[in-house]
Amino acid sequence: MKNRGVNEDQQPASMDALDYLEAEAIHILREVAGQFERPALLFSGGKDSITLVHLALKAFRPGKFPFPLVHIDTGHNFKEATDFRDTLAQSLDEKLIVRYVEDTIRTKNLQEQTGKNATRNWLQTFTLLDTIEEFEFDCCIGGARRDEEKARAKERIFSFRDEFGQWDPKRQRPELWDLFNGKIQKGENVRVFPISNWTEMDVWNYIRREKIGLPPIYFSHQREMILRDGHLLANSAFIQKDPDDQIVTRQVRFRTVGDMTCTAAVESEAVLIDDVIAEIMATRVSERGETRIDDQQTEAAMEDRKKGGYF
Amino acid sequence: MDLLRFITAGSVDDGKSTLIGRLLYDTKSVLTDQMDAIERASKTRNQAQQTNAPIDLALLTDGLRSEREQGITIDVAYKYFQTPTRKYISIDAPGHIQYTRNMVTGASNADLAVVLIDARHGVIEQTKRHSLIASMLGIEHVLVAVNKMDLVNYSESVFLDIASTYKLLAESLKINNLTIIPVSALNGDNVATKTTQMTWYAGESVLEHLENVQIRQGVNVADARFPVQYVIRPQTAALPDYRGYAGKLLSGVLKKGDEVTVLPSGRNTQIESIEFGEKEIGVAIAPQSVVLHLKDNLDISRGDMVVPTNNQPILSQDIDTIVCWMDDRKALRVGNKYVLQHGVARVRCVVKAIDYKIDVNTYEKNSAPNELLLNDVARITLRSATALPYDSYTQNRANGTMILIDETSNITVGACMIEERK
Repeated sequence: MKNRGVNEDQQPASMDALDYLEAEAIHILREVAGQFERPALLFSGGKDSITLVHLALKAFRPGKFPFPLVHIDTGHNFKEATDFRDTLAQSLDEKLIVRYVEDTIRTKNLQEQTGKNATRNWLQTFTLLDTIEEFEFDCCIGGARRDEEKARAKERIFSFRDEFGQWDPKRQRPELWDLFNGKIQKGENVRVFPISNWTEMDVWNYIRREKIGLPPIYFSHQREMILRDGHLLANSAFIQKDPDDQIVTRQVRFRTVGDMTCTAAVESEAVLIDDVIAEIMATRVSERGETRIDDQQTEAAMEDRKKGGYF
Repeated sequence: MDLLRFITAGSVDDGKSTLIGRLLYDTKSVLTDQMDAIERASKTRNQAQQTNAPIDLALLTDGLRSEREQGITIDVAYKYFQTPTRKYISIDAPGHIQYTRNMVTGASNADLAVVLIDARHGVIEQTKRHSLIASMLGIEHVLVAVNKMDLVNYSESVFLDIASTYKLLAESLKINNLTIIPVSALNGDNVATKTTQMTWYAGESVLEHLENVQIRQGVNVADARFPVQYVIRPQTAALPDYRGYAGKLLSGVLKKGDEVTVLPSGRNTQIESIEFGEKEIGVAIAPQSVVLHLKDNLDISRGDMVVPTNNQPILSQDIDTIVCWMDDRKALRVGNKYVLQHGVARVRCVVKAIDYKIDVNTYEKNSAPNELLLNDVARITLRSATALPYDSYTQNRANGTMILIDETSNITVGACMIEERK
């Protein structure tokens, strides 16, 4: 591992690709702090937002974060992830705001999807936009990466949203050098993605290098699963069972952590982070392709959700 | 392992997206589910057009619904791949003239530009426009890929003709590091590997060139520039007096003990310590994001700049700059006011003069027009409300850039590269 800047001999350290990405992300987080009055960091307890929190520590400690952590909880999250979320916020002594999709469904009388692959993924947008209004957030920091998905590959680091939370991919603001323009009118909002240029492997390598803790579901464990259309879903009360489903017990880990209804596991014996990284390097299927059932519904599923105000 | 960012430029249908698709495919960076998805999309499209074309690799980067519908690239797509030698960020830019501002967005952070030319059409206006932008932005390397060689029977003379035309153009633009490669992005000739179709060509393939090219030779290590982004003041019982200046070192090197001056106030002090991740480090190098502690308790806020006392930038309200105008709704005119963002500092400014406009075809300086319209490139003179600490773009790229922001729409409307003041 290269020297990362902690050096006693007064020689300048050299920077590798991960150092550049880290420096860029810290710069972006500090721009948020400098440019916005009421920012928030969207935090789910998944590896990408945990990485963001770690980067925020590097950007702002020994000061406090200039933003709260905010989670839009669908009620279908993995308990391991929400437990981790609560413990981390508490141990860092940072403010955590949780808003529940369940409440929005009730107060707004929203229609939930029904049937076999029903998810609350789309409904999150309503709660997110309500939360933005409630706290008058002018900026939401998210852990999305451009390598995840083809619409995200097109999005700016400072992604402007209109007063309805909508992304207009055909009229994005130019974004030049490292000069970020977060100027907006009241009611508008900017989504900021500090790890836009990181790949899945960068995140894992960074987690290993910085010894960042993760919820246990990222590592191999035994679990009761629903085998459905070739995907392994965690067996839970949130999933409406189908006659073709098989209930099986498998040794699995999760490559991404979203809702239990739409996040598939991979079979794995990888207990240590080195083993997880080796497995991901060897795989020929993309992160979202392997694990996110919600993306596979239409060809432009993510683009459509973003236009509607999604993360 | 280092990181190379490259952009593909050139006109519509010159094969930019296909070239990136080919690079991704041939470096085995396309995963099976992504391949399945574009295979399905290719089939749907081919059925509609009743053709039986092969898988369209351009679909790997054309990620928006309207891009797929129209078969064009509207905005920049970022794709990531890796070889044992390097990590790559490929930036696929749109070719249409109306989307030039998106091309500039992608090009602003590129180490290398791949300019595609359709072998059947040779150098055309958009080739010239994108080459001008690449040269103005000071992109270190230009790789010209003369594409669709398969459609001109892999003819050496066609290639040589285009190459000699481009070399003249590159000379007038002062593009120094130029490589010209004949390719067929569709068939993969000279993309990731050398082809047997053009035995007359002895040079590298596109990927070989990307792997071997030396980058970041032009980074300024001499002039330390540290704009203060954010002041860290915990004000806790344990740290009542802690005051750290957080920011990114744009260029150069800063060390503990350095004599520094804070601009614009001009007050002198010393670097007491430098922190990164709550650990003290002796030296900071660009572009590290660090925290500085200074000996004296000065009034310093966001937008101020810490520089070595014996090596200071220009501090002035008068700025000569090249501008790419990006607003499709309003023109730039003398007397117009904008918000100017230089680094993290924002001030108001007024356009004092449009000095000349650059003809994108001939690269001649046309005498001052009354206004600048979308995609115009010109030299203008600005006056800012307060003095800004800047360097010229050629001297120090990191401290020689600015953007202009429309005061009412808040849109970024101008990309500026500061010129040496005569």
